[in-house]
Amino acid sequence: MSAPTGTLAEGHRPAQKKKKSAVAGTLYRGNEGMWSWVLHRITGVAIFFFLLVHILDTALIRVTPEAYNAVIGTYQNPIMGIGEVGLVGAIVFHAFNGLRIILVDYWSKGTAYQKYLFYVVIGLWVVTMLAFAPRHLINVFSH
Amino acid sequence: MTTIQAPRTPAVTRRRGVNWEKWGWIYMRASGVLLVVLIFGHLFVNLWVGDGIKAIDFAFVGGKLSDPFWKVWDTLLLWLALIHGANGMRTLVNDYATKRLTNGILKWALLLATVILIVLGTLVIYTFDPCPAGADPSLVASFCPVAN
Ligand code: HEM
Repeated sequence: MSAPTGTLAEGHRPAQKKKKSAVAGTLYRGNEGMWSWVLHRITGVAIFFFLLVHILDTALIRVTPEAYNAVIGTYQNPIMGIGEVGLVGAIVFHAFNGLRIILVDYWSKGTAYQKYLFYVVIGLWVVTMLAFAPRHLINVFSH
Repeated sequence: MTTIQAPRTPAVTRRRGVNWEKWGWIYMRASGVLLVVLIFGHLFVNLWVGDGIKAIDFAFVGGKLSDPFWKVWDTLLLWLALIHGANGMRTLVNDYATKRLTNGILKWALLLATVILIVLGTLVIYTFDPCPAGADPSLVASFCPVAN
């Protein structure tokens, strides 16, 4: 594989730790930078499609109380309850990683710390989900 | 010594006029910061406080949407999130839909869906009546004259 013009020529790259794959260790591929991008993209698309549906189901508030309650009732069962944990998980990741992207773009040290920032994102995600998921699942399963 | 091959990129010849792509890029970041606040507030009030998802019904939404604060909150959420999401999807269409026709169709579909849902959602927020005439009194918010 020939390096695209503009990247550092082979042999001039700073010494690297153990490579994870043939392409790992180049600027983005195979490491934290790539996975944060992949996850950001997948969560962004998932949230977008949910938003389309969510605007439509909320619009039923303008039809009749019965119509709205019937549709929202289909969200209030254990299967959807677990799905909601996934949805909130996707939104929370996208939100924190979005802030990471903004820091990488605007903060002068952002690019130097992008890898660490990814683990900060994961840490904040875990904390937020610990605050949300148990409480939500108790609501879903105990009423 | 590190050698960087020259020229790395051809000189950029900018077209004149507004750089929409740049403003789109800035919009993704500006709206993103606001959306963190708007979405976390939205999820906190609807899913975390009280009985969470189990408390959501017509009367619950009626209570929120009769308060000007939540009307403004939900309007901002609707506009900012939908435009942010649609603009993000436009990036994906540009990345993956390389055929000119498919690319065009997908972008028009995105634009159409965005405009329709923004108009629909905004109308719902501002024409909504939490105490509709003739509604079942057991389903409406407690502040409605007919509620029981
Ligand atoms: C919670 C607050 C949010 C933040 C901080 C945020 C931040 C960002 C940022 C910084 C980008 C990158 C834009 C670029 O590279 O030019 C982005 C992309 C994107 N966002 Fe968000 N966003 C948020 C909420 C949302 C919501 C609610 C949706 C869906 C309706 C969404 C859908 C997308 C999509 C589809 C992309 C494109 C992904 C890609 O190009 O790979 N985001 N977001």
